[in-house]
Amino acid sequence: MQSNQAVDALPFEQKIVDLEKKIRELKELSDGEHLDLGPEIEKLSQKLARLREDTYQNISAWEVTQIARHPQRPYTLDYIRNLFTDFVEMHGGRQFYDDNAIVGGMARFNGEPVVVIGHEKGRGTDEKIFRNFGMPHPEGYRKALRLMQFANKFQRPLVLFIDTPGAYPGKEAEERGQGEAIARNIFDMSFLKVPVLVIVIGEGGSGGAVALGVGDRVLMLEHSIYSVISPEGCASILWKDVSKSKDAANALKITSRHLQDLGIIDGIIPEPLGGAHYDHEKTYKAVREAISKNLAELKLIAPDLLVEQRFEKYAKMGVFVDEGHGA
Amino acid sequence: MGWFTSKKKDIPDVFVKCTGCGEAVYNKELQKNLYVCPHCDRHLRMPNDVRIEFLCDENSFQEFNASIMASDPLGFSDSATYGERIQKAQEKTRSKEAIITGFASIEGHRLVIGMFDFSFMGGSMGSVVGEKIARAAQASLDHNLPLVIFSASGGARMHEGILSLMQMVKTSQAVAKLSKRHLPFISVLCDPTTGGVSASFAMLGDIIMAEPKALIGFAGPRVIEQTIRETLPEGFQTSEFLLEKGVIDMIVSRPEMRSTMARILSFFKQKDGAYYAVQPSR
Ligand SMILES: [Zn+2]
Repeated sequence: MQSNQAVDALPFEQKIVDLEKKIRELKELSDGEHLDLGPEIEKLSQKLARLREDTYQNISAWEVTQIARHPQRPYTLDYIRNLFTDFVEMHGGRQFYDDNAIVGGMARFNGEPVVVIGHEKGRGTDEKIFRNFGMPHPEGYRKALRLMQFANKFQRPLVLFIDTPGAYPGKEAEERGQGEAIARNIFDMSFLKVPVLVIVIGEGGSGGAVALGVGDRVLMLEHSIYSVISPEGCASILWKDVSKSKDAANALKITSRHLQDLGIIDGIIPEPLGGAHYDHEKTYKAVREAISKNLAELKLIAPDLLVEQRFEKYAKMGVFVDEGHGA
Repeated sequence: MGWFTSKKKDIPDVFVKCTGCGEAVYNKELQKNLYVCPHCDRHLRMPNDVRIEFLCDENSFQEFNASIMASDPLGFSDSATYGERIQKAQEKTRSKEAIITGFASIEGHRLVIGMFDFSFMGGSMGSVVGEKIARAAQASLDHNLPLVIFSASGGARMHEGILSLMQMVKTSQAVAKLSKRHLPFISVLCDPTTGGVSASFAMLGDIIMAEPKALIGFAGPRVIEQTIRETLPEGFQTSEFLLEKGVIDMIVSRPEMRSTMARILSFFKQKDGAYYAVQPSR
């Protein structure tokens, strides 16, 4: 996705696309007819730059949702391939089957051994189906947990990438204890005596995200989302109208800025103008820097203290009124 | 459905239609029968004061943290504001929130108990429910007492967005602390227990019980049906189904609840009468 041509524009980017097209046409006209349209092209180019600024600066939560789900956005495996070396993929939670909605294994980051795990949505129809669109069954969470315990046993830091619409709402998933699998991950992640760095790279979908999301540092890419329910799900339950997803997205406060303001996340990783899909290399650079910085800081904290602080951090989450004197 | 929200002193003289078999049941009879339908044995939702009365020793329940109330951290509003919805729920249920917590005893065994109120915004878990569970767990730690929570919840409270999602972590860690101290946590799943509650503390009990025929699952049946485009079989996601799948330990009917709970609590008791199996390190 290095050139703008290759990027599929989103509906809210239509004005930008139109203006780009107009400039292209003028350029062709200018070249073909030997007309001097330079000043006009220059004027429109400036207008385009302003339009881009305006569009992306005043972006709504619903528009961010579309960027977060953009099929050309880097996925977990893209980050693993581009930011890590010596990746050795590991498979399975030793139960039932290997859930391909979760990928993970040992790797090196800046030469240091780490364990990296994430949801993988898959690109293209076949791979999407193979990955179940990044929606794990219980076995996916148990696979992730096995790799986390592996990291814990051999004292390697964990880097976790979150990118899922949510846990798979299917029959077998329920039969095999979807809720228990998520709960167990939350429980066991809390006690990991290694640094846990969580990065929401696209969609942080509800319980399916939390099951990989209990970390010492939780970062979000600028245009990723993290939500208790999808805007569509919320709209259909509370508004009884899925076309109100835009309102729901806005009301739910799901953007990185909101989550930082609410004290839920520890940092935002900036994205190129328009989103990560416009410039993968630039995105990798920003994510690489964030991982380097955070792992270096977390490495200085004693294992017991990591656990203690992880408990303290989540115990503080919640906003309520307490007028009484407690127990 | 006003009947299951009313306090016992002014039970209205009305017939209630059982949600299980559709038979009309006299409200007073239902209350006397622990809100179990005499025709089909369906365990209907019951008010917490009635549950306390049949489960706990007389006058043993002492509520704590009763005054914690929701605020509106997101300024959330759909057709009504979150503040209005809270107020309406408080008026309807005469409860301040979707859970009550406190000390109690069952056949002389002291414990910390929490009980969801499904009639309060579907028993949804937001910041207040999370905080009350965390404080209940802390009370267990402080007094070396077992923790028992009766869940009945549709899941996370959407009106508090990501904050409600984080309550899954907060409550799981709260019971994790008990686990670390070898204090028992008994989770009782009532109808319905779904969503975020079923994917956090409620599934982390040392013992997980369920009331008969309760709906228990992570995803709601309608969402599953829409996803897999088929109708779910009869009895899917019921207590009986989950027992068969090995997800829960046992199904306990209301008439058996008090004696079963007492028997289980006594298992954890040490010779000196304390509940912790290992001397706390600090
Ligand atoms: Zn009945």
